[in-house]
Amino acid sequence: MKLKIEAIGQLTSGIRKFTLAPVDGSPLPRAGAGSHVVLEIPGPNRVWKNAYSITSAADAPAYEIMVRRVEKSRGGSAWLHDHAKVGDMLEVSPPQNLFAPQRKAKRHLLLSAGIGITPFLSYLKLPGLAYEMHHCCKPEDEAAFRTLLPFGPQVTLHTSRNTLNLEALLKRQKLDTHLSVCGPESFMDVVLATAAHVGWPAAKVHKESFGGATGGEPFVAHLKRSGMTVNVGREESLLDVMEAVGLTPPCLCRGGACGECKLTVLDGVPAHHDHYLSETERAANNAIMICVSRAKTPELVLDF
Amino acid sequence: MKLSLKPQETFRDDYTYSNSDEAILRFPFPFPEDNYMYSVNMEPHVRGGASPVYNAVFDIDEHYVGDMADRAITLDQDPLRCQVLPHMETAEWDTLELLMENLANDYPEHFSLTKNGDEWHWINRPLDLDQKFTFGRAETLPFGPFEYITRQVQGDFSLQDQRDNNLYMDGGMVTSQADWSLNFDVGMSFHEWHGPVPLAHESGVFDRALQYLLRMQYGKPVRRLNWTMTANPRLDTSPENYPLWGPEKAAITPENVGHRMCLRVELQTLYRLPRSNAILFSIRGYLIRLEELAKVKKWAVRMHRVIRDLHPQIAEYKGLPRYRQYVVDYFAPHDDGRVLNSGIGPEQDNI
Repeated sequence: MKLKIEAIGQLTSGIRKFTLAPVDGSPLPRAGAGSHVVLEIPGPNRVWKNAYSITSAADAPAYEIMVRRVEKSRGGSAWLHDHAKVGDMLEVSPPQNLFAPQRKAKRHLLLSAGIGITPFLSYLKLPGLAYEMHHCCKPEDEAAFRTLLPFGPQVTLHTSRNTLNLEALLKRQKLDTHLSVCGPESFMDVVLATAAHVGWPAAKVHKESFGGATGGEPFVAHLKRSGMTVNVGREESLLDVMEAVGLTPPCLCRGGACGECKLTVLDGVPAHHDHYLSETERAANNAIMICVSRAKTPELVLDF
Repeated sequence: MKLSLKPQETFRDDYTYSNSDEAILRFPFPFPEDNYMYSVNMEPHVRGGASPVYNAVFDIDEHYVGDMADRAITLDQDPLRCQVLPHMETAEWDTLELLMENLANDYPEHFSLTKNGDEWHWINRPLDLDQKFTFGRAETLPFGPFEYITRQVQGDFSLQDQRDNNLYMDGGMVTSQADWSLNFDVGMSFHEWHGPVPLAHESGVFDRALQYLLRMQYGKPVRRLNWTMTANPRLDTSPENYPLWGPEKAAITPENVGHRMCLRVELQTLYRLPRSNAILFSIRGYLIRLEELAKVKKWAVRMHRVIRDLHPQIAEYKGLPRYRQYVVDYFAPHDDGRVLNSGIGPEQDNI
C-alpha cells in the first residue's frame, strides 16, 4: 500500500523516526506488537526492500518506525536519512509479525541494544504487560532513548558493558519468564549463548529475525517444452514470472507445502525453500517447487 | 450480496431442513476427481473461484436463522461447547472485529456496523439484535466477545495461539462438529488434536500443513474443503451427544438413504489475527441430502465412484462402513460410465 511520510523526527544522530499515514484517511491494517513492515525504498538504480519494526500501538492511526543510518548501507537507510521528506510517498507492505510476545508468559525480560529497541516499544504499549527491560546504548544517546521509555525500576539503560551482568540477570529470573532479545547479531548471539549456558530452555528464548528472504539472486529459467525463457528478478518468484508471461503451471497453496507446483529440473541446480520435497529429492536436485524455490546456478532448464 | 433467508427450519428431532434449488447448485461439492485421498489442499481464500460459497469472506446462506437457533439450543444444554482460555482475550476482540466488519461489508442489507472511536454499534437484522458496546471492554457485551459474535455466524470456530513453533487450540465455539470434542481438545497442539486421523500422519500431511500455517500472514487467509457423511441433517453430531445421533445412523436403510443420508462438507478457512497474532479457524459446514445431490448429474456420477473406491481406512474414520454400500447402490443407477471433467462445479444451471 502507498503511504505518505507524515512526519520525520531525529532521535539521535544516527536514528530517524518516521510517521507513515494512509493517503486517504482510511484505517491501516492493524499491526500487533512485534510486527514489522517492509518498505520499498527508491534508489537511482534499483529498489531496496528493508524491514522495520513498528513502534506504535496496534490501533494507532499511523505507523511509527525508526531507522538507523547504516554506515555500509546498501543504500536504503541512507536514502531515508538523506533524501526522504515529509509528503513523500512510499510503497509499504502490510504488517507481518514474526516476533509477537508470548501470550502465556507470566513475565517478559526484554533485552535490546541500539536500534533493537524498536519492537519492544510496541510491546510496552500493551496494557498490563509485566516486564523488566534492559537497553544498551552509547552514552551520547542515553538521553534520547530515555524519552522513549517509561520511568520506573522495570527499565534500566546501560551505557557501558560493565553495568549489564548478563549471567546474573538471567539466573535470577523466575521460571515463568520469557526472554526476548533484539539488536545487532553479535549482541543477540552473546545473550543467547549466555541464556543457554545458565540453563534457559530454547522455548523461552525469542529473538527477532525479520524472516527468511522471499527473494534472492536473479536467475534465468528456460522452459523447454514451452520454448520460452524467463528472467526471474530478485523479488519475484518463478511461479509469478511464469504466470505473468501467460503460462499456467499447476499450483495451489503458493507457500511451498502442498506439492502441486513441482516441476522437473533438466539442467542447473535449484535452491530449495519449500517444505514438500524429501531429503533425498532435495539432494537429487531434479525437482523444484516453483512457488518458493530459486536457483543456485545462473540458469535452470525446466521440463515445462 | 443478495440473500433470502428461510425463517426457520430444524436440524434435530423432526429435521425440517431442506435445500432450495439455488442452495443445491451453490453447494461446495468437495470432489474434483473420481477418487479421493488426503492432501494439503490449501489455497488462498480469495473471492470467487470454483464455488459460489467463496464469494463472501464468511458465507451466510438461506439456513442462517435456523442454524443460529440450533446453536443456541446446543449452548443452552452444554455451555462447554464454547471455551476460551484467559490468555486469548486479545484474540477474542480480533475475532469480533474480523467477523463484524466482513458480515457488514458482504451483507449490508442484513448487518451493519458503525464505529465512533471505540464506541461501536452493531445491528443484526435477521436475529433482531441491536447492540451498542465499547470495543475492548467485555463488560459492555452480554457475552464474552468471542462467544457474542460466533453466536451470530454460521460454522464452528477455533482460536489457535501460535507459540513454540506450534499451534495450540486455546479456544473455540463448537456446536456443529463432525464428532470431535472441544472440551477434550482445548489446549492441545496441532498434531495432538489431529491424532485420530488415519494415514495423514505417515504421509507427512500434518507436518507440511503446520509449516504452512505458521507462516500465514495477516491479510492472506487460506481455505480448503473437508467432508464426511451424516445421517439426517443434524448439526450437533458431537461425541457428547452420541447417544442421540448414533442410533439414527443405525436406522439408515436402502429405502431411506436417499432422503436421510447427507453429504456434509466443511469449508475450512484460516485467518491470521492482527493484534494477538493468533489464528482463527472457521469450520463452515454445509449439509445436503443425497436425493438433493442426485439432482446434479455430474455430482451423482462422481459420488458413486468416490464412495465406491474410497480407501477403507478413510471410510472407517469418516464413519461410513455401516451404510457405505447403500450409498454406492443409491448412486449406481446414475453412473452411465461417462467421462467426467475435473473440478467441483455442477456444470448445470438448473435443477
